[in-house]
Amino acid sequence: MSFMQKPRVIHSKLPKNELGLTTRDYEGSMSTLCAGCGHDSITAALIQAFWELNIEPYKVAKMSGIGCSSKTPAYFLEEAHGINAVHGRMPSIATGANAADRNLYYLGVSGDGDSLSIGFGQFAHALRRNINMLYIIENNGVYGLTKGQFSASADVGSKAKKGEVNQQPPIDPVIAALTLGGSFVARSFSGDKGQLVPLIKAGIMHNGFALLDVLSPCVTFNDHEDSTKSYAHTRQFYHPAVHADFVPQKKPIRAAYENGEAMPVELHDGSTVVLRKVSKDYNPTNRAHAYSYLHEHQKRGEIVTGLLYIDEDQREMHDISNTVSEALRDLPYAELCPGSAALEEIQNLYR
Amino acid sequence: MNTRSNDFVIKIANVNGTGSASANGLLMKAIFRMGIPVVGKNFFPSNIQGLPTWFEIRVSREGYLARSGRVDIMVAMNAQTYARDLADVSPGGYLLYDSTWPRDKQLTRDDVTLIGIPLAQMVNEQFENIRARILMKNVCYLGALAALLDLDMRVLEELLKETFADKQKLVAGNLKAIELGYQYAKQHCDCPLPLRLEPMNATAGHIMVDGNTLAALGCVYAGATVGAWYPITPSTSLMDAFKEFCERYRVDPETGKQRYCIVQAEDELAAIGMVLGAGWNGARAFTPTSGPGLSLMNEFIGFAYYAEIPAVIFDVQRVGPSTGMPTRTQQADLLFAAYASHGDTRHVLLFPADPAECFHMAVAAFDLAERLQTPVMVLSDLDIGMNDWMVPKLSWDEDYVPDRGKVYSQEQLRDMRVFHRYTDSDGDGIAYRSLPGVHPGGAYFTRGSGHNRRGAYTEDADEYQDVLDRLRHKHDTAKALVPAPVVHSKKGVKTGIVSIGSCDAAVREALDILAREGTEVNYLRVRGFPFNREVEEFVERHEHLFVVEQNRDAQLKALLLLETNVERRKLTSILHYGGMPMDSRCIVSGISEALAKGAAA
Repeated sequence: MSFMQKPRVIHSKLPKNELGLTTRDYEGSMSTLCAGCGHDSITAALIQAFWELNIEPYKVAKMSGIGCSSKTPAYFLEEAHGINAVHGRMPSIATGANAADRNLYYLGVSGDGDSLSIGFGQFAHALRRNINMLYIIENNGVYGLTKGQFSASADVGSKAKKGEVNQQPPIDPVIAALTLGGSFVARSFSGDKGQLVPLIKAGIMHNGFALLDVLSPCVTFNDHEDSTKSYAHTRQFYHPAVHADFVPQKKPIRAAYENGEAMPVELHDGSTVVLRKVSKDYNPTNRAHAYSYLHEHQKRGEIVTGLLYIDEDQREMHDISNTVSEALRDLPYAELCPGSAALEEIQNLYR
Repeated sequence: MNTRSNDFVIKIANVNGTGSASANGLLMKAIFRMGIPVVGKNFFPSNIQGLPTWFEIRVSREGYLARSGRVDIMVAMNAQTYARDLADVSPGGYLLYDSTWPRDKQLTRDDVTLIGIPLAQMVNEQFENIRARILMKNVCYLGALAALLDLDMRVLEELLKETFADKQKLVAGNLKAIELGYQYAKQHCDCPLPLRLEPMNATAGHIMVDGNTLAALGCVYAGATVGAWYPITPSTSLMDAFKEFCERYRVDPETGKQRYCIVQAEDELAAIGMVLGAGWNGARAFTPTSGPGLSLMNEFIGFAYYAEIPAVIFDVQRVGPSTGMPTRTQQADLLFAAYASHGDTRHVLLFPADPAECFHMAVAAFDLAERLQTPVMVLSDLDIGMNDWMVPKLSWDEDYVPDRGKVYSQEQLRDMRVFHRYTDSDGDGIAYRSLPGVHPGGAYFTRGSGHNRRGAYTEDADEYQDVLDRLRHKHDTAKALVPAPVVHSKKGVKTGIVSIGSCDAAVREALDILAREGTEVNYLRVRGFPFNREVEEFVERHEHLFVVEQNRDAQLKALLLLETNVERRKLTSILHYGGMPMDSRCIVSGISEALAKGAAA
């Protein structure tokens, strides 16, 4: 994808994680997106998050569909397998890959066109099945590669670069995920790395489908005045409702969080997300509450962000179907083939 | 009239949703257990309850498994279709009807013997429950037929006991209903009829089963672990069967956990996507579908071809175009499957002719898909998939080892300087792949966009063509790997038949008929695409070829013209595409007429 090789410079002073790796080991090839694109900030946050989580890059499977957002898996975790599916169909690829091996980390990167228009069905069903993966929507309200058409997440009244005003109501992936039974629903902004990195980490470690909608302005087609997906608009109406800190398994939860507004939620692997409510009246474990809060603030034009809903007890696909804990793809053939005696037995039914 | 044992056709006309299928199945199986070759075809509507349905049982001493085109005994249980059913009976045949209600005097035929049995009346007197009355009426005609045809009652009783092993109550009720019909026929009719059953020993070593069941069994034996599907007639029973087999043979005895994962997808687009995700990640994965589902899968099939991801697709063909006739059979997806998806694509296809081949080809399909790293489609059809066929018993080679194809191991990747995903290092067009999560050295980006032999994105003409040409070379490699055709050939015979799939039974019967008439014809049945050398040789050495297939547009003929050097003038089509399974008559008449014309000219 890149026209020039990215120089590989290792600074000796770069900090190393528990695996002895620096963030450079989590990078990929050079981005070919426009300078200032929100997606590149998300890529940087992903690199940071995987590095902080001490995950070996090759234990991650990166999946995407088609569009600017879907190009980005080439720009991080070079040592991980990636797959660029057809448009809007990454969720089914992720479902199948996860079915074959439940023990890798699955990361899906999609966009608002890929997930909310052509792929809305697959997005909804992967979420409904609670596939164990982090699913990021890099949301900019516009089709970039085809040069500026509105996407399904464009707000009513938002103006396109060429002047057209969107008349159709937007599909909000966060509201959709809440109503479809999502077990982890979050929203963030590519310009807020402090909020984004812990949300990515919590989403990766969540046992189930973690939806992370990230507002990610398109500098070329949707960053002008009167656009509701611009950097300026997002910053002005940005409303963090709940702040999440990710605490790895081994570290004790800091005492300060135990008071006041802090709410620790233990993840499946023993690590913890500590939620600090920015709004006093917010409850991220109550689906109905999250929904009405969002609705209320949306009416005021506010963009509510944070880990908005989490239910760590909801069973993911393999838990529901009671699959063995090993990867199905690695099961020895002897455990899969019933053998000739069984064939004899089966055929008695057909006599 | 002379007696005609073990060579006749019983057709049962009924209303769907009345439980007639189980009564008809019992009848067929009882005949099979008497050692007599038998075949059943179910003609059912795309409906839950209330529409006409027919079941045709051919008893054939010679072991012919196609339809014969005759109806010797009609069991007319459906007032709605009575006139048509009466008209369908071959001269000299019989019609059994429910004489509980008065029948229009006009509905008779001089050349058909009518047998009235008061089925409803007898059953209503003996059974209280409304549903039981409906069901038992069907079991009651089974009893009457048993008397009329001299069916072995012990066999029937034994079968009933096995069928309802865990529902003993049902056995008693069924036996009572059978007895009612049997005794009435014995007392009021001249039993047995000249058409009758005589025990034989011609079904030993055989089983009676449908193709979807055996295709599913093949998936289990092949070691498939991921199945994704969207329900569609006539393929649904394939996944149902897979699930049943897995529940029995694929559960960890200690933990009770499943060694398989079945996902009912939201549509066929997702079903194939899941199969590709699993295949990309190293599991053997499959999806059963039919024409409309395959249409939806097109984009992904092209992706899998270009990105080189193994997948197994079962297309249980039904009548198209569009929704068509979902419960009727056809072979009209051939061309579409061979070149499915946009761009230069070509696929590997397997063509089973009966349920036993569904089993073996299911196993072969997974080996081929992983060896060739491409989607493999098994093109069965409704007739094979949903009807019970008599086929030789299956055996399993305990030494079988799945061919997982060219996959680099962790050790190989570790010791490798650099891994390039799409480089042909063996010269057969097949590159080595790596699986996710195995070793950092194996990482690459799988994409449907232009890529070069190293796996990197490209828009360069030479790099693009390089990969596309290798894919063509790989497809040529497949010619020697797909199952060879079945050839019946005598030296010096210059006329041949080329056919495919479920036409086989009708073709083989036609060959016998033609031989009796003094016409020798050779026969080749293709079993795989791309066509291998034997197909090329067969079409080369015959002067006149009849291409027998079940579609309007002569799709097999078109494939032969496209993919072999055969001259167009050599090929004559014999086409059958109304949705009913083929019988030998159209083949015999087609060939006889053409040859007579040729002789006259």
